[in-house]
Amino acid sequence: MSTTLDSTSTSAIVQREASARRREGRDRRAVTRHRVPVSVGSTAVLLIGAVYCLMPVAWVLIASTKDASELFSTFTFAPSTHLWDNLVELSAYRDGLYWRWMLNTALYAGVGAIVSTYISALSGYALAKYTFPGKGVVFKVLLMGVLVPGVILAIPQYLLLAQVGLTNTYWSVLLPQIISPYGIYLARIYSAAAVPTEVIESARTEGAGELSIFHRIALPMLAPGLVTIFLFQFVAVWNNFMLPYIMLGDDRLFPITVGLSGLLNQGATVPAMYTLVITGALVSIVPLVALFLVLQRYWRVDLAAGAVKA
Amino acid sequence: MSASTRRRAALVPYAMLAPGIVLFALFMAAPIVYTLVLSFQKEVVKGLGLGSGGKSLQFAGLENYVSAFTDPEFAASVGRVLVYGLILVPTMLGLALLFALLLDARRTGAKGFSRVSIFLPYAVPAVISSLLWGFLYLPAVSPFYWVFEQLGWEVPSLLSPGLVVFAIANIGLWGGVGFNMIVMYTSLKAVPQEIYEAATIDGASEWQIAWRIKIPIIAPALVMTALFSMIATLQVFAEPTTLRPLTNSLSTSWSPLMLVYRDAFTRDDIYSAAATSIIIAIATFAISFFFLRVVQRRAFGQED
Repeated sequence: MSTTLDSTSTSAIVQREASARRREGRDRRAVTRHRVPVSVGSTAVLLIGAVYCLMPVAWVLIASTKDASELFSTFTFAPSTHLWDNLVELSAYRDGLYWRWMLNTALYAGVGAIVSTYISALSGYALAKYTFPGKGVVFKVLLMGVLVPGVILAIPQYLLLAQVGLTNTYWSVLLPQIISPYGIYLARIYSAAAVPTEVIESARTEGAGELSIFHRIALPMLAPGLVTIFLFQFVAVWNNFMLPYIMLGDDRLFPITVGLSGLLNQGATVPAMYTLVITGALVSIVPLVALFLVLQRYWRVDLAAGAVKA
Repeated sequence: MSASTRRRAALVPYAMLAPGIVLFALFMAAPIVYTLVLSFQKEVVKGLGLGSGGKSLQFAGLENYVSAFTDPEFAASVGRVLVYGLILVPTMLGLALLFALLLDARRTGAKGFSRVSIFLPYAVPAVISSLLWGFLYLPAVSPFYWVFEQLGWEVPSLLSPGLVVFAIANIGLWGGVGFNMIVMYTSLKAVPQEIYEAATIDGASEWQIAWRIKIPIIAPALVMTALFSMIATLQVFAEPTTLRPLTNSLSTSWSPLMLVYRDAFTRDDIYSAAATSIIIAIATFAISFFFLRVVQRRAFGQED
């Protein structure tokens, strides 16, 4: 029972990926040995699922080639020729405000997730590799934080930041999203599994300082796991709508989600805005989907690759 | 090692934890405490309520909580979210399990393409996916309504008051089915292949293997995905907020969090918003508690 319980934590998934990938290789070899006929029924069900998931993406690709009048008059999946016009119009909207939103999003999610990953690694490593009074309490309190829904914190965070005059600034969106109890939790698991205590001990006897052991020895060993923590945090920040929606009033500070939602709101009175919104939605998911496909293999991280084999 | 260096060494883990603890205190602990404090206060207007001395803060006891629990709007929003969750969670997890089992079955084709395609929506933020689906729900844009029209069928819009909950559940399904599928598929992949080989030799069919062996083995993963999905359900905010400009069927208090937002910012009543937040947080805790107990028991066995 205890081994199956392990599979409940997402972190454990990462550890299991290694064996999963090894097994996939074995499967492939097994298939070449004796070929199994493909079942039409189960393949079809899976493909229906794939089509359902791809349909809105295909639609936005086609819809952004239409101009405002075609959007509501021509058949949904009939492409048109106005993609370039729409992109020009989108870029021209209030002197390139849209591209500013994209840069803001990259800043919030990118910088936010990098700093968050570093702090999670530092905390997780300290919790896994040191024994000190209060360790249990610190970890339990942090673990409680995993359960606190971030969106519920957004309003009091706004009220508190308002008292120090930080609302409606980049800081108001960046700072609250740096602490990630889940990231610390994952970093503790990775540190325990990927950084052998003997390696730390021997570095100590050679006179290395504790922080330089962390930076020079532990961080490289943790790298594959840290990519996973980074991705989780990156997606979480990119996805977070409520926090910037509450914190920001100046639309030059908006991330793409809040910006597009505002444009859609204007569309209710100015339908010409709809082509802007649709083209904007397409352009915003292109880098995201590209990044996602490129980093896909990091959703399956091999912890063994980072560890020193005894 | 001298006594002073040993003392300094003892401080190392605290120094490493300091940035995390400080940020935790500032951006998680302090807001929680502050919300608690606010939830027990109320603003009382003196005289005409004009000028700086016109309003004062008073201890309100449980008044904000009582009014939250007796507020028909809050009850209605909780009711809507329960219906939303009852539609979304079983459908999403059922499909995720089906897809995961099909990906794991030996006789399924086009696995790589399907896995990436179904997981892809996870990369699309909820606001963007609500926006895409929002347009696809408009009868003038939707390909489905085009088909219905050709067939001469009168189908009510998914954005009409009675159906909008399905419209929002579909957005949640689209965004979440792939992630849950990957979680289940990963835990299926970790099962030693020999178990299936033995079952096959004993004459078990692929469906029997799925039903009798695979599903029981990944049961813990199913429990976890169910809990995570239920917690996410309680917090639905981005989808209905994004859809609002496209339909009249969504009030500003459609979900509990939308109600909190409206109370705090449109009505300037942060005190009852705080009380409602605390109620939502406690409900989330109650659900999460089981998850915590399951995870904590096992995860740290490998440490020194």
